[in-house]
Amino acid sequence: MFACIYIPNFSIAAALRAEPELHSHPVAIFAGKPPLEKLIAVNEYAKRLGITPTMTKAQAELCSELALRPRSPLQENSTHAALLDCAQSFSPYVEDAACDTVLLNLAGMESLFGSISKICRAISDRAVALGLSANVATASNPDAALLAARGFPGTTIIPVGKEAEQLGPLPTAVLFNDRLEGEGKKTADNLVETLDRWGIHNLRALAALPEIALSERLGQEGLRLQQLARGAAPRTLVPVEAPLVFEEAIELEHPIVLLEPLAFLLNRLLEQLCARLGSRALATQELRLTLELSNLTGVDDEFENPGIPSESDGSKQNHVGTAASGVRRSEGPQLSRRHTKFIRKLSLPIPMLDAKVFLKLLQLDLNAHPPGAPIMKIHLTAEPARPRSAQGGLFLPPSPEPEKLELTLARIAGIVGEQKVGAVELLDTHHPKGFRMRRFVAEVARRVPEKKTPDSAEAQSAVTALRRFRPPLRANVTLENGQPERLHCAKKKEVQGEVLWKAGPWRFSGDWWERDAWSRDEWDLALRNGEAISFHRLVHDLLGGGWFIEGTYD
Amino acid sequence: MSSAVISTSAALRRPFLFEADAEPDVYCHPERSGTCVKRISRGVEGSLDDPRLASVLPASQLAIRPASEMASSGIPELDALTGGLPRGCLTEICGAASSGRTTVLLATLAAATRRGEFCAVIDANDSLDPQSMAAAGVDLDRLLWVRCGEEIASKSKSPEGGCPTPRPFRRVEIFSQKDSTIAGSKEISSRESEHRLEQVLRATDLLLESGGFGLIILDLADVPPQSARRIPLTTWFRFRRAVEHKATILLAIEQQPIAGSCSSLLLKLEPAPKNNHVVDIEPSAAKRRQSAAHAASRGFGNEKDQAPEGRKKNYSNTPTGTELSHINLFTGLEIHAELIRSRMDRKPAHSIAFETKTAWAG
Repeated sequence: MFACIYIPNFSIAAALRAEPELHSHPVAIFAGKPPLEKLIAVNEYAKRLGITPTMTKAQAELCSELALRPRSPLQENSTHAALLDCAQSFSPYVEDAACDTVLLNLAGMESLFGSISKICRAISDRAVALGLSANVATASNPDAALLAARGFPGTTIIPVGKEAEQLGPLPTAVLFNDRLEGEGKKTADNLVETLDRWGIHNLRALAALPEIALSERLGQEGLRLQQLARGAAPRTLVPVEAPLVFEEAIELEHPIVLLEPLAFLLNRLLEQLCARLGSRALATQELRLTLELSNLTGVDDEFENPGIPSESDGSKQNHVGTAASGVRRSEGPQLSRRHTKFIRKLSLPIPMLDAKVFLKLLQLDLNAHPPGAPIMKIHLTAEPARPRSAQGGLFLPPSPEPEKLELTLARIAGIVGEQKVGAVELLDTHHPKGFRMRRFVAEVARRVPEKKTPDSAEAQSAVTALRRFRPPLRANVTLENGQPERLHCAKKKEVQGEVLWKAGPWRFSGDWWERDAWSRDEWDLALRNGEAISFHRLVHDLLGGGWFIEGTYD
Repeated sequence: MSSAVISTSAALRRPFLFEADAEPDVYCHPERSGTCVKRISRGVEGSLDDPRLASVLPASQLAIRPASEMASSGIPELDALTGGLPRGCLTEICGAASSGRTTVLLATLAAATRRGEFCAVIDANDSLDPQSMAAAGVDLDRLLWVRCGEEIASKSKSPEGGCPTPRPFRRVEIFSQKDSTIAGSKEISSRESEHRLEQVLRATDLLLESGGFGLIILDLADVPPQSARRIPLTTWFRFRRAVEHKATILLAIEQQPIAGSCSSLLLKLEPAPKNNHVVDIEPSAAKRRQSAAHAASRGFGNEKDQAPEGRKKNYSNTPTGTELSHINLFTGLEIHAELIRSRMDRKPAHSIAFETKTAWAG
């Protein structure tokens, strides 16, 4: 058994998928070079107003209710990809018959999805979830299913052996629906005209014609058309392996200047992406947002403008920027030199599939890194990944929910800075600053902690800690016999006084083979400041000179 | 636990522990107390006749509040003093510099991560030392470190995922010179400290809302008390409400108590009054310290000459400058902990002492 999914009025469907609020409005799509733009597709509401696809754009503009949209190859590509995703969520054998039509082999799928009627209904529902209104038909051969899907609205199930009977009422034009442009369209128009002259208006009449006579007049093409009309054109499916590319895009007529409408559009794109990923039982671990910016002042793209302010203050209205677009060569926002693209990459610690979380993360990221110029096009790409599978345990300690945690971390990073929040990773060095911050992931650390004997664990815990001053405090040190006797620190009044006791010097050095070589003497000392006694680490920088109080033992 | 909590618990029909012959604790004039109690008891009994309130017990009969679950602080002496740190409550640990607050903080973190919990530290002054954390046995994978400071997101220029490269002290010197030029301005330092406090409070709110952490620590140890006291009590109340009924321990480290009655446990740390910094000249420890400094080839002579075996020193008796200072070794602190307030038990304030040791002390 084969199924066909067909999207009628594909250009309109692509536009409506991008703007779902237009579903109950008259919509027309135009194409061509100004001023010769013509309508190429209209929906039912527009037809009721007398709008036809032959009209020019100027004529259509006279109708104030009509929503006129330019044809968008980007949106059509996304819609086609969504159609393929819909088909591939039911069967691995999918033929990409046309931009608006896919065929799929349902052999053996009944055991997974139920009866054929259930499968048809499920396909239709899945298409609706992806923002598409599809005709679904099943038949014993691919071409019969294809004709039924193109000819009958909604869901059609053709039982085996009833193909000719069911397809009979369809007009002959349905045989040429895939020939919309160029030479193919001319040939198709000629054939339809010829059949019309013969009085052949539907497939039943075509199927009833004598084969030899038809062959004498129309040749092999005529016989092929008759086979199709009888629903008896056996052929094998040509399956395609659709690449796992999940990309949605919007081309804007007017540039966006504020973050709020951008968030609105991003939400729509994210919902579409998540629906597509969900239909393929996938999640994503990396989102890539590419914004094509308009270069208002026409400055050279290599102009560097690092001072684009962040408008993270909630009291202000967030602008994406109205200044000239600039180039940032940092690893954060990247503006390509030629195309004035602004690229942000959102890496997630674990695969997720929550459009709301993604939207909030993108909003926070764009607040911290505004694009700096009006936005013309938005591309959003999701890198697919297998969804995480985790099972909580009744006796395991609670852990933060990954989605919530990611949002929380992004919000905290907006407060304290990106490099100031996360987990610590010690580096393999003796340098006192030998650590770096990395992303805090609750999932990775879900492993069972090492079991230690209570004695050793407790013994390890009561370790005297050092509190560091970042940066270290410069100190004036009075020496006697090369040893510190008195400290004075201008910045911190508490850290000064007479040295009661000292231990050291402990000499550290390293990285002598690098430019940033370091060498220092460390002292542990007790200071008396009035009645209080405190313990500190004093450092003498042997290369740069100077004494510093590095921290307090606490 | 407050009466609001008890009401909530009652409304939620959570189990309570009762004493068998508990008397209603209602104040009345001594002469009329019997009449009052009877009248109230009759009223309560009357209301209990209502079938809708059959399962609700009057709060006046509650003799013992539901006990909080206690978790180990990682220091047995402290656990013996307090019974551990209460979950779902705010705990304050206060003390001056070098009083062992950070040691307790790291020990608590180590104990929590050993239990498999996720922990978060909101470090107001970016002063924690990762090497100390590792030495204390903290599982760094389970620790979220929020380093509050002057830098805000918009000013952040550092590359994503970049590692802070080791800087020579020359550059640090420049920073400290700049800092020292502005140090005189109290206004700037006050503004910085307010900014940090704001960051701490916002981050704490977010983490409490996020949930899932076994231990959340507010490290306000280096925040001046006059700044810390500006945190309104309503904030602490909000934190307490956010954390109750959760398995999270909210711990605040500070110089002086600031949360008032919002904290369920208040612990004061101070250096032990005498003999608190015994320095033990232990050859193996000295060797480790030298080895860590890989200084044997640069500037140190014969170890035996510097670290005579079995010799003990007290700093107060050491004539400074008369002998080589690197024969001394800082081995740890002796800490005196006093229990100021605890909601968990009504014991009078008492105290203990415990010792800490440095990572190289063995």
